[in-house]
Amino acid sequence: MSKIIEAEDLTKIYAGNLTAVDHVSFSVDEGTLFGFLGPNGAGKTTTIKMLTTLASITSGKASVAYHDCAKEPNEVRKSIGIVPQDLAVDDDLTGIENVMLAAKLYRVPESIARKRAEELINLVDLKDASKRLVATYSGGMRKRLELIVGLIHQPRIFFLDEPTLGLDIQTRAVIWDYIKRLNKEHNLTIFMTTHYLEEADSLCDSVAIIDHGKIRISGSPSELKEKVGGDVLEIDVTNGASLTEFFRSIQGVKEVKQTGSKYRIKIPRAEEALPTIFEGISAKGLKIREVSLNKPTLDEVFLEVTGRSLRDEPSGAEDSFQRMITSRRRL
Amino acid sequence: MLALFEKSAVVLELELRKMMHDQSDIIIRTIQPVLWLTIFGSVFGQLRQVPLSGVPYLAYMTPGVLAQSVLFMAIFTGVSLVWERDLGQLDRLLCAPIPRTAIVLGKALTGGVKGLFQAGIIFAIALVMGVSIIFNPLYMAAVIAVVLLFGICFSSLSIFVMTLLKTRERVMGIVQLITMPLFFASNALYPIELMPRWLQAISFANPMTYVVAALRALMITGDLSGLPTDLAGMGLATVIFVVLASAAFRKIGA
Repeated sequence: MSKIIEAEDLTKIYAGNLTAVDHVSFSVDEGTLFGFLGPNGAGKTTTIKMLTTLASITSGKASVAYHDCAKEPNEVRKSIGIVPQDLAVDDDLTGIENVMLAAKLYRVPESIARKRAEELINLVDLKDASKRLVATYSGGMRKRLELIVGLIHQPRIFFLDEPTLGLDIQTRAVIWDYIKRLNKEHNLTIFMTTHYLEEADSLCDSVAIIDHGKIRISGSPSELKEKVGGDVLEIDVTNGASLTEFFRSIQGVKEVKQTGSKYRIKIPRAEEALPTIFEGISAKGLKIREVSLNKPTLDEVFLEVTGRSLRDEPSGAEDSFQRMITSRRRL
Repeated sequence: MLALFEKSAVVLELELRKMMHDQSDIIIRTIQPVLWLTIFGSVFGQLRQVPLSGVPYLAYMTPGVLAQSVLFMAIFTGVSLVWERDLGQLDRLLCAPIPRTAIVLGKALTGGVKGLFQAGIIFAIALVMGVSIIFNPLYMAAVIAVVLLFGICFSSLSIFVMTLLKTRERVMGIVQLITMPLFFASNALYPIELMPRWLQAISFANPMTYVVAALRALMITGDLSGLPTDLAGMGLATVIFVVLASAAFRKIGA
């Protein structure tokens, strides 16, 4: 697979010597879904802005859709679609007007744009609302419209900055469903940031965690989970000789803790080791009382590499989103 | 070049469609010129001490009020641009494959077209108040062209100044700072000959003066002898401001 997005030592220093992004390197394979994760202020949005030519690059290199972001910004712009975190559609226009004007900005011929707009509007269930002013839309409808406004020119790469922030759980599920379908059915490469790690876990082919402007860890969600120690297997056995040495001898085991008759074992891909473990215990004439297997989540990976949990974060981003909405309304 | 105008037209269409959905702005903007003509015009007209070479004061000030209301409207082009920048709405245009200049031109053109709405309203009010306006289709077409150019000119000035500002809070103060001197140091309300010498020098460098002179010639006096100078002055100012605005705008978000 070819690397449709490549960043090499990408750095952004704002006026006043504020380093927002610090020598960040990563790549995204064409047709995959890439998750860019990190706490507020970690540099996610700044990275997206550099990749989408909205912010200049202080040093380093970035290429998107095989074009250099600094040297050929217009070629990059032609190949990408964006759903920014902020408000991206016009309240004072109808849904269909927003879509058709976006098409014109990208020189999509009118007849093709109409046909595509109709398909997309149906896809996100906005048919009945398409002739209404966006000001009357709910948050979820607005987000769905933003998705199709970003897709009308059939980009090769779709950038989504917190696409489900501030939406309720049902709406989030619907949005993710659309995103997954676009990725699978249209081979669309997707670069997204999100606060919801369990969603990134189930959706993304690969993820990178950024904190204080630096990438701490990257890889597929299962790779990352393995890196932090893998699965946690808890076994309670009938009393007898200590099994600690036996567990340590099993390939892949990283850590064994014994408390009484209970053992806590850290091992990647525990399910593959289970038969060996069970057989070994039986061979020693012991009986298993209870077994539990816990798969680690991206939250644990996040905690491990950043030293804090994303859940504990004051949800500043959500607040600012609300502020945006209210200040827009006041205009 | 063709692409530039095509994309500017899309930006213009976007703005005009927004305006058509919410016409309150246009309606509210008619109140101020009405007050100027009905209150200031009728009181000041009683003085009869302003040498206007035989033109009634209300007729004299009508082109001035027209220019003023287009000025006030155009100066907000930059203000709304700064709002859109801060709200992130501008990003949608900035990440599209269109030249930065097309965004500036499109917004400035919008200022010009909105100015035409103002012109239409002021024409109507002036007629109701008994001002005799020259009804020659050629002259009228020229008025439209001047208003359009003027709107573009001052919208660009506004975009230039506003994009240089870092915070929105400063914007309102700056708006006053720009509009008041432009308005009072011009021939909108009184002839330049009445001004002290230093103010005359300023009004000579004020693009507004040329606009008012051109409008007055085309709408009221019919004396076109100064028109080439006026148009040249205005054209020059427009080119300068569009270039400055585009240059300043290119740095937006960098």
